[in-house]
Amino acid sequence: MEQMLVNGVVLAVNYALIALGITLIFSIMNILNFAHGQMFMVGGFVVYYVYGVYHLNYFVSLVAVVVVLGIIGYCFETFFFRRIRKVATREENSMLLAVGTALLLENLALSIFGEKQRGVPPVVTGVFRFGSAFLPASRLLVMLLALVLIVGLLLFVQYTKIGRAMRALAQDRELTHLMGVNVNRVSAFGFALGAALAGLAGGLLITVFGVNSGVGNVYSIKAFIMIMIGGAGVVPGAILGAIVLGFAEAIGYALLPGSVTYLLIFIGLIIFLLLRPQGLLGKPWG
Amino acid sequence: MIQKQLHIFRVLTGIAFFVFGTVSLVVSASAQEVLKIGVLGVMSGSAASWGLVNKYCAETSAELYNEQGGVDIGGKKYKIEIVAVDDKNDPKLAVSGAERLTKQEGIHYIIGPNVDTTAASVQPVAEAAGAIYFPYAFQKSLYTPPHGNAVLGMIASYQAGPIIYKYLMDNKGVKSVSFVARNESDPLDQRDEGVQAAKKLGLEVKSSNDTYEPGTTDFFPVMTRVVGNNPDLIVLSGVAPADAPLLIKSARELGYQGILSTETAQDIKILNEVAGDAAEGFICVGGASTPEIRSDYMEKFADRYKKVAGEWNDEAGTKVYALEMIIATLQKAGPDAINNIDLFKKAIPDFSMKNPFLKEEKPLKYVGTSYFSQPRQIGVPMVVNQVKGGKFETLFVGSVE
Repeated sequence: MEQMLVNGVVLAVNYALIALGITLIFSIMNILNFAHGQMFMVGGFVVYYVYGVYHLNYFVSLVAVVVVLGIIGYCFETFFFRRIRKVATREENSMLLAVGTALLLENLALSIFGEKQRGVPPVVTGVFRFGSAFLPASRLLVMLLALVLIVGLLLFVQYTKIGRAMRALAQDRELTHLMGVNVNRVSAFGFALGAALAGLAGGLLITVFGVNSGVGNVYSIKAFIMIMIGGAGVVPGAILGAIVLGFAEAIGYALLPGSVTYLLIFIGLIIFLLLRPQGLLGKPWG
Repeated sequence: MIQKQLHIFRVLTGIAFFVFGTVSLVVSASAQEVLKIGVLGVMSGSAASWGLVNKYCAETSAELYNEQGGVDIGGKKYKIEIVAVDDKNDPKLAVSGAERLTKQEGIHYIIGPNVDTTAASVQPVAEAAGAIYFPYAFQKSLYTPPHGNAVLGMIASYQAGPIIYKYLMDNKGVKSVSFVARNESDPLDQRDEGVQAAKKLGLEVKSSNDTYEPGTTDFFPVMTRVVGNNPDLIVLSGVAPADAPLLIKSARELGYQGILSTETAQDIKILNEVAGDAAEGFICVGGASTPEIRSDYMEKFADRYKKVAGEWNDEAGTKVYALEMIIATLQKAGPDAINNIDLFKKAIPDFSMKNPFLKEEKPLKYVGTSYFSQPRQIGVPMVVNQVKGGKFETLFVGSVE
């Protein structure tokens, strides 16, 4: 029981960091970023090279992740999505573009980084014991760093000027434009921030799980599940979705045979979406 | 004016000679016969290493042969050309890939696919097109009559498992075992075979229902249940190289002190990088990969593999054999076998050569009759490795007859 709770908390915090990036991009641009998992993967590889191969400080590697993924996100928005938003009349175009960017990143990674699973030396070692539950120090560190990042992001979005502009953009793009906000700049910043968050999640979790070129889709799917549960484009909804998925996994794996857990999660998700398609905290569509 | 026309004439004549010379060179170079070999397998996604290692092994062997002017079959030199197709572990893509290789490329010898589902889907295509294929899938019906076009490329888990369990019972006092498998057809079959073998040997099977979904990265919840049973041995059935170190690490972090093993090939660099010290003592199957058993030819192969793939992968130790066996069998069967697989099949039962990848004088032949009622398996040596001090150390070398 204790181990189940510890597993649930660790999973929920890790998942929250992944879900926040994708929900941020969705709220600002109304684009479901299919490349989110691939951005997570690139973040992992940046840490692999900066910290694992070139032996620079781990926290320096996290800064490198923010810079690299920020640039990738900024370029994606500026050169791809902005153009599509301008010329395309159907929403599917940006969705297909998002799928294309996911394939682009995944195949580039396979060519550049190879097919192998990669890992880095542990940043901290040791295992803590709480009653009958084990919590490795590496997981605790990731959890604490993820918590700091989540709180930092919430404060940033709530209290900074650009954070307010992002929230305004999420509510009404045209009105925000009329209020004198540089919509293109805020969109590009929001996309860069979302990409950097995905990369940071990858950079944190490589210390525990490692990374490989094909890992992206798994995280994208989990991110989609979380924002479907919590409500697409709603920041607190992403956190709630992460908590629900994290504990569902931990409890399911503890009490049920492995394969039944995700079967039940997907059945539950289908029933939930039939009853509340907008998610727990989302507004009804349209 | 005349001077200018003369100059133009000279230039045109020069160009004509150059073009003629180049075309002649190209024609004479392309006059060499080409032996096309297909590689079909998963080369993208989380299991990419399975198919890519096959591809890199084939390309490495092809490079080594082509540097010597090609491979000699019936007194004629053939340049080897590798045509690789990614099936993404999807049976539908495996079928279209096999059709492309056999119908468009006219290929009769294919290395791959990697798993039961893709290998089974390729079976009708290969049989209709008259192609021999070398899957790395363990489903017995692929290799059993009336089917005869598939040749298992490595040691199957149901062959390695009982031998490893017996060794651990005799040498490490193992009395109980738990199994954990990826929720896919191949690993689940391997788990079931492993459970049967363990029970037959008298081991107590403490649990075998624990599985994880493909793509899982956090194995802590899954391993919590497995470790909770406190078995002497945990078998990771059909585990992918990307998953093995994470499963091992989770088990050790949960305080597990027993032995962990698998019947699939793993890579030491991945184990070291991802699992670190937790990988110490882990037991897995290898091929001609550990330095103490490698021949000079295998060393040369490994050096070239690093250039082709960028770095060495221990999985290649088990996958180096397929192309070598195809070529050697064709040499024995004669050049007509390149397009007529019946001649290739006829040559299989009596085929034998010295294993070029091992130091020791060991024969390499087709085996598997006791499992499949016909010799449809490459007699890859069963090398069982254990991680010691961050390196693979060969525990013992067995064989399948």
